[in-house]
Order: sequence, then structure tokens, then C-alpha cells
Amino acid sequence: MAEAAKMQVSDEVAIQITGMNKWYGQFHVLRDINMTVMRGERIVICGPSGSGKSTLIRCINRLEEHQQGQIIVDGTELTNDLKNIDKVRSEVGMVFQHFNLFPHLTILENLTLAPIWVRKVPKKEAEETAMYFLSKVKIPEQAHKYPGQLSGGQQQRVAIARSLCMKPRIMLFDEPTSALDPEMIKEVLDTMIQLAQEGMTMLCVTHEMGFAQAVANRVIFMDQGQIVEQNAPKEFFSNPQSERTKLFLSQILGH
Amino acid sequence: MAMATDVPKDSFRLSMLVYDTRYRSYTIQIVVLLLFAMAVAWLLNNTAQNLAARGKEFNFAFLWQRAGYDIGQQLIPYTNDSTHFRALLVGLINTLVVAFWGCIFATILGVIVGVLRLSHNWLISRMMTVYVETFRNIPLLLWILLSYVILSETTPQPRDFRVTDEMAAAGEAPAASMIFFDTVAVTNRGTNVPAPLFERGLGSVDLGFVTLNLTLLAALAVVAGSFWVNHRLVAAARAQQEATGVRPATWWKSILILFGPFIALMAALGFHLEVPELKGFNFTGGILVAHSFTALLIALTLYTAAFIAEIVRAGIQAISRGQSEAAFALGLRPNRTTRLIILPQALRVIIPPLISQYLNLTKNTSLGIAVSYLDLRGTLGGISLNQTGRELECMLLMMLIYLTISLIISAAMNLYNRSVQLKAR
Repeated sequence: MAEAAKMQVSDEVAIQITGMNKWYGQFHVLRDINMTVMRGERIVICGPSGSGKSTLIRCINRLEEHQQGQIIVDGTELTNDLKNIDKVRSEVGMVFQHFNLFPHLTILENLTLAPIWVRKVPKKEAEETAMYFLSKVKIPEQAHKYPGQLSGGQQQRVAIARSLCMKPRIMLFDEPTSALDPEMIKEVLDTMIQLAQEGMTMLCVTHEMGFAQAVANRVIFMDQGQIVEQNAPKEFFSNPQSERTKLFLSQILGH
Repeated sequence: MAMATDVPKDSFRLSMLVYDTRYRSYTIQIVVLLLFAMAVAWLLNNTAQNLAARGKEFNFAFLWQRAGYDIGQQLIPYTNDSTHFRALLVGLINTLVVAFWGCIFATILGVIVGVLRLSHNWLISRMMTVYVETFRNIPLLLWILLSYVILSETTPQPRDFRVTDEMAAAGEAPAASMIFFDTVAVTNRGTNVPAPLFERGLGSVDLGFVTLNLTLLAALAVVAGSFWVNHRLVAAARAQQEATGVRPATWWKSILILFGPFIALMAALGFHLEVPELKGFNFTGGILVAHSFTALLIALTLYTAAFIAEIVRAGIQAISRGQSEAAFALGLRPNRTTRLIILPQALRVIIPPLISQYLNLTKNTSLGIAVSYLDLRGTLGGISLNQTGRELECMLLMMLIYLTISLIISAAMNLYNRSVQLKAR
């Protein structure tokens, strides 16, 4: 129960999205999205492929632009203003499906690059921070290797540590385990669960329903660019409301 | 049960040379080697016999005979009284000059076009596509001839630049005028460009074989020194960034260091330009650059840049979008992302094919013979060969020189390539 105490949600708003719409040319990817994320909340977003879930979280650090509506992250509204975008990106960490580590830099250099160039941290301090987070994801001994020499699970843990080095207040995960072997999924999920227990605000696009049940306080189901249903994981899995959700759950839980 | 402790030995049979995988490849290699040696022996024997039949011998003594012909563009002193070897050197330098500037201009243009071809602007990217496809799909020789014809046929005669008294009185402009603030005159005889002159030049030292231009050496030394100091400045800035996190602004210091000493040296030596002037029927003063050189350089640049553009485009596209997205997500701005993430990775893909393009360009300079550009091919492989009748020696020597140049370029570029490749894998 001590863990649950740490996983308290505060009443401070971390992300506020109102009436957001996005198009790719003529294609309407995101339709009228409204959502509020409180600080310390852990949200799992699921849905069939092409439902817009990745696009939604990529809008939160403006890797994608939205055309209509409002996104406010930590009190900063995302507009075309470069300063706002910089501010949001330095507060929001992101982990990608394909890790996207920089192959020409060592693990340590991958971790210190952004703190040195964006946060203007002295190199020594940045390296100390990097080693702290590498120990936390349990691979400090790999610091001087190159990404290509690591396994997929190790690379993804490095990617998580790389984001953490920027001391973000919000973490976005875009299908972090989809490109991994079953054995490596566990080590990455363990890292993410640990992060959740420390009270990080997390938005995670994933189909790992075990993870959703273990740490999420809310599961959001999306289809065709819309939020179809959202609920606490227990309710969501035991008593889905819409037909579409039922169909989706029967397909991913059925085998 | 029998114990299989010994490796089974089967006796060697002659047919195993052909059918046994262990011996077959050796057999094939030995046969090919024998055939090759026989072919070489036949060629050498044939050559020796033919030389004997014509009463010719194989030696390079002709290189020290009087050449007896003039060369338009000479960057080291040369007259028609000089030796064939001297002519060879003049030709070699002409080859190297056009290859050097060609590589530099082609790289600059190629990188610009390659990047613009990836532009989101529809018009710009299509224009670059048209450029690339037009130039790389038409033979280089035609581009050289076209450039030459355009330069020598469509440009005005020197007398068109003249302003007569009547024209001045009537306020009429002459038929042609000089460009670049009245310093460069392009006529049908060549391009007259300003000549750099020094009031207090340092003179030169004659070392017997070569003459060292001290002014040029001093300028090179100052430039090299400036680059070294700038390198130290950047290193100091990096050290300070590592220590405090804040990188001091260096750009204005760099500009000062890189240009200041050079400008000071030029001022001290009394540098000035001698602008070509119309005297009588022709321009005097300045330097006359032959159209053969300009045409060859323009054609080589435009042609090779089209290939380099494709290489650059491929190099940039080879880096996945995820790399820049990851950098953006970490808060890096686009310019830093390009410099720290994209370029170091793209260079690895770009450099190996770029080496081939530099080699191609260097070898393609020999097409200058089409517009009578007297490079190595034109001197040693052209006039010297015809005058002395030493075709075998000239051709072999020329091939050897081109081979040497190419290997040097290749070695230098490979050295650079190694420094940007992944350190570990």
C-alpha cells in the first residue's frame, strides 16, 4: 500500500486538450479531442492501428501540428511560437517504438547530448546525472558502448534514461515495447512501472494490458481519430461500454 | 563398436582436383593465373618484336629534348625552348588546377542542389530534378563543347567595349560592358580578370629546379596559422562549455582571426588589383583566362555537381526521420540537430561515393583536349607524343601519372572517411 500512496494523483492539471482537430491533407486524423491529464496521472491509450493514438501523443510535444483547438502543457500553450515549443519539449520526454538512439554516439554521449546543448549543464555534471539514470535502468556498465552493440531491450532502457536526463515532468511512450522480443518486453515494462511508482506523469500508447492494469489510473480507447471510451482499468476491462471497445478487447485479449 | 578416433583418410586421386570442393578452387586459380601470365608474356613479346621491327627502342631520353611548342596557360615558366619534361609539368599543373577547382565548385554546387532537391517547395525541388537529370544524362564532352561554343561565339569582340567620342557626346552606351564593377571583361578571345599585384612583394627564391614565390608562401603560412589559432579558440570554447555548461560566443572572434591577419598581410605588402583596360583593339593588364579553361571548368562542375547532388540527397535520406524526431523531442533546435545528429551520420554515407566522383572529375579533365586545353593529355599525350613518335612511352607515363593522382586523392579521402566512420560496431 506504500506504493499506492506514492502513486497519488494531485489536483494540478498537467495537460489540457480542448476541441483539438488534426488533418493530414484531406484525411481527418484526430476529431474533436478533449482530455485533461492531472499531474501524476498514468494514462494508457489503446486502439486499433490507424486510430490516431500515436498522432495524439505526438501532438503533445509538437512532433505533429494540430490545426484546430488548444493544447496546454504545464501552462504553456502549443502554438507556432518557437519559445513555447522549446519550453514544452524540455519538460516532456518521449520514448519511441524504434528507440531512435543516435548510433554515432556512445550511450553516455546519447544521454548527455541534450543536457549539455539544451540545458547548458557542465559536462561532468551531465555525465554524473547520466550515470545515475543508467544505474536506475540497470545498465551502467554499457555507458561506453555504442547503441548497435546493445540488445533491443537495453536500447529501449537507454532511450528511457536519455529522456529522464532532461528531468522531464511528463513522459510520453509511443508503443515502447512493440519492437521487442517477449523476453525483453518485461525488462522495459519493469523500468516503466518503477517510473510510475515514483509519481511521473505518463501517457503510454501500448497494447500491454497487463501494464495498464498494474499502473494506469485511466485507459483511453481510440478509434478513427476519436476518443471512444475512457475509464479506470478495472472498469474498462470488466465492463466496456461501447460495442467497438468490446470487439477490440475480445480481439487482443482473446488469444 | 568401432571407435571413430582417427580422422578418416581417403587416398588422393587426380580427379579430386576437379570434383573435390577442397581442391577445386585452387585448381581454378592456378589455371587462371597461368593463362593470365601467358597473356601478359604474349603482349610483352609482341610489343618488343614490333618495336624491333620498326627499329624503335624503349627509352625516356626524349623527355630532355627541346619541346618546341607553345602552351597558352602556363603556371610555371615555360617557353618553346623548354624540354618535353617541362611541358609535361606545365600540362600536369594545368590538369591539377582544373581538377582542384572543379572538385571544390562541384562539391559546393552539388551540396546546395542535393539539399534543395529535398525542399518542400514544389517548384524548387522540381527545378533541381530537371537540372540533375539534364546534366547527368548528356555526355560530358557535349557539355564541354557547348560551354566553349557559348563562351567564344556569343561573347562580344574587344572593340565592342570601346566608347568613341561621338558615342560619349551622344550619351550612348557601348555595345558591351565589363562586369563585376567594371573589373572583368568577357570577350570572344577569353576572359580578362584583374591580376593581384604587390607593391612591396617578397620576391622569390630560385632553387634551381623550382622557383619559390615568397609572397604566396607568406600568404599560405598566414592562412594556415590563422586556422590553427581558430582551432585553438574552438577547443578553448569547448573546454569552457564542458566546465561551466555555457559555450562562449566565438563567431566574431573566428571571423577576426581567420580574416584579420590575412588582410593585414595584404595591406602590408601593398596588395592591389590590376584591372584589365581596353587599349587599342584589345584588353591589356590583368590576366587573360582562356575560354578552353573556363569552358572545361564550367562543364566539369555542372556535370559532376549533378552526380554529387544525388549522393548528398541519398545520404540525407538514408538517415531515418526518427533521428531528427528524437533530437526534437529532446529539445534540440533544427540547426543543432543537423550539425550534431544528421550531418555526422550522413557524411558516412556520402563520402565513399564522393571519392569516386572526385576521381571521375580528375580523369575527365583529359576531355579538355576537345577544346585544346593543354593539360597532361594535351602536352605529354598530345603534342609531345606526336612530335617525338614515342607513343608507348608517352601513353605508359601518362597512365602512370593519372593512376598516381587518383591513388593520392583516393588515399586522402579514405583517410578522411575513416575519421567520420563509426568507431565501434
